[in-house]
Amino acid sequence: MAGKTYKAGVKDYRDSYWTPEYIPLDTDLLACFKIVAQDGVPHEEAAAAVAAESSTGTWTTVWTDLLTDMDYYKGRAYRIEPVPGDSTAFYAFVAYPIELFEEGSVVNVLTSLVGNVFGFKAIRSLRLEDLRFPIAYVMTCGGPPNGIQVERDRLNKYGRAFLGCTIKPKLGLSAKNYGMAVYECLRGGLDFTKDDENVNSQPFQRWRHRFEFVMEAVLKAQGETGERKGHYLNVTAATPEEMYKRAEFAKELGAPIIMHDYLTGGLCANTGLANWCRDNGILLHIHRAMHAVLDRNPYHGIHFRVLTKVLRLSGGDHMHSGTVVGKLEGDRNATLGWVDLMRESFVPENRERGIFFDQDWGSMPGVMPVASGGIHVWHIPALVKIFGDDSCLQFGGGTLGHPWGNAAGATANRVALEACTDARNQGRDVEREGKEVLTEAAQHSPELKVAMETWKEIKFEFDTVDKIDI
Amino acid sequence: MDEIRPYKATELKGETFSYLPPFTPEKIRKHIAYMIAQGWNPAIEHTEPEKLFSNFWYLWKLPFFGEKSVEKVMAEIDECHRANSGHIVRLTAFDNYTQCRGTAFIVHRPGR
Repeated sequence: MAGKTYKAGVKDYRDSYWTPEYIPLDTDLLACFKIVAQDGVPHEEAAAAVAAESSTGTWTTVWTDLLTDMDYYKGRAYRIEPVPGDSTAFYAFVAYPIELFEEGSVVNVLTSLVGNVFGFKAIRSLRLEDLRFPIAYVMTCGGPPNGIQVERDRLNKYGRAFLGCTIKPKLGLSAKNYGMAVYECLRGGLDFTKDDENVNSQPFQRWRHRFEFVMEAVLKAQGETGERKGHYLNVTAATPEEMYKRAEFAKELGAPIIMHDYLTGGLCANTGLANWCRDNGILLHIHRAMHAVLDRNPYHGIHFRVLTKVLRLSGGDHMHSGTVVGKLEGDRNATLGWVDLMRESFVPENRERGIFFDQDWGSMPGVMPVASGGIHVWHIPALVKIFGDDSCLQFGGGTLGHPWGNAAGATANRVALEACTDARNQGRDVEREGKEVLTEAAQHSPELKVAMETWKEIKFEFDTVDKIDI
Repeated sequence: MDEIRPYKATELKGETFSYLPPFTPEKIRKHIAYMIAQGWNPAIEHTEPEKLFSNFWYLWKLPFFGEKSVEKVMAEIDECHRANSGHIVRLTAFDNYTQCRGTAFIVHRPGR
């Protein structure tokens, strides 16, 4: 644009990047950051600095800015809001034009939005609270390789939540002993068993041996029960080549589902594996190791709702969501918020659930939330109420820790889940009447009765560290 | 605490609700009312026991599109069962919004 002249030096960020009059476009990618600025830095300047450093800006004027239309490409801070109940921090809303991001690449989006800007000195702390992906961008991403409806059809499971179990101990079992633990769980009534995230291919149990014994267990339990079963074979590996090699072998053995750790394995590997799963008709279970490093501190990092959206775009059919009631952190309203982001096709702004923007997913399939971590039969009434049917409830210790063993533990969980689902359909409030529902069901299930006696005193009542600010 | 009890040889099951005692007609009525309240279309399928594992069972007539009467669906279950006494009969419900079944469970099983 002729008329602008070059003047070397440093300008305030807000001169270019603070645009309170701007009305975001439907195609803009929108971000909400929680910022604590350094002393003496005005909020508008801090917000503009974040917009600049996460898009086109740098610390000084450069002549090459004038070779392009910076007013078109720049990110714009367009609104700031106080954080309720917190005078140290504020929310800054930033709009980015869609052309700043490569199509179908959540890798590229995160490199810009949570890159250098998080180390920027004028900001004391920074957290990416939420992101609105425009539908135009959503349509460029592959998303979940199969989705909830396809998973139900493949596994022939309708009208109830799925039941899983992570095989323990996490590390140290031989492949054949591990397969035995899988078989006992599945023949007792679970739908899935799972490799723990740190099971990859260690000296005590190489991946190929695990895959062979586990699939023998899955197919045998399936034949005996007449029900469809699976085990999340963890293909997370040191290199993509190795990951694909393991995935191919899982397919050769007839595995219906494999597993990947999307943060430690990385989003590039995850998106590639999701594409492979789509091409090969295999379900993809996603683990989230490292998420708490990024999302637990209320003043720093990336909120889990953003990591959830990123995963849905990158691709995965299951994703851990927390349990609300178990041993791991997770506020109920916030959890309901990101569970909606996994499953629904449109999620409206809802500050009580921490949702800052409307999010339209179009026809992208949903991700099945997986509730796992310190849950047992007494939690099932609440889990049925919180998560509904389109979820996978996973009991590790709550299956394997049963006094009579894995098969009995599996049956106890299955009876409890079916009793609670039945009670809900009969019109009962399962969360409030949970104790009666379970006690009635235990009358015809000694396995459930013993499980209820074993775990009746175990609760995890600690205050949530990361609360929603409302 | 009881002694450790051995777990029985694996039994043939039948997916949802097959770990509960068979439903009474009264319970089945409430499940049908639940299906209708969800806006789903109830349907009935049946099969020979040895073909339990297949995805595709014989469809009894057609799904009962728009049916609001619990008793009419109950009567169809009875008619299907009488006409196919050696078969497993399951009640299911189609959700045309998700293009998936909302639920499916066995209501008659020979010998049980």
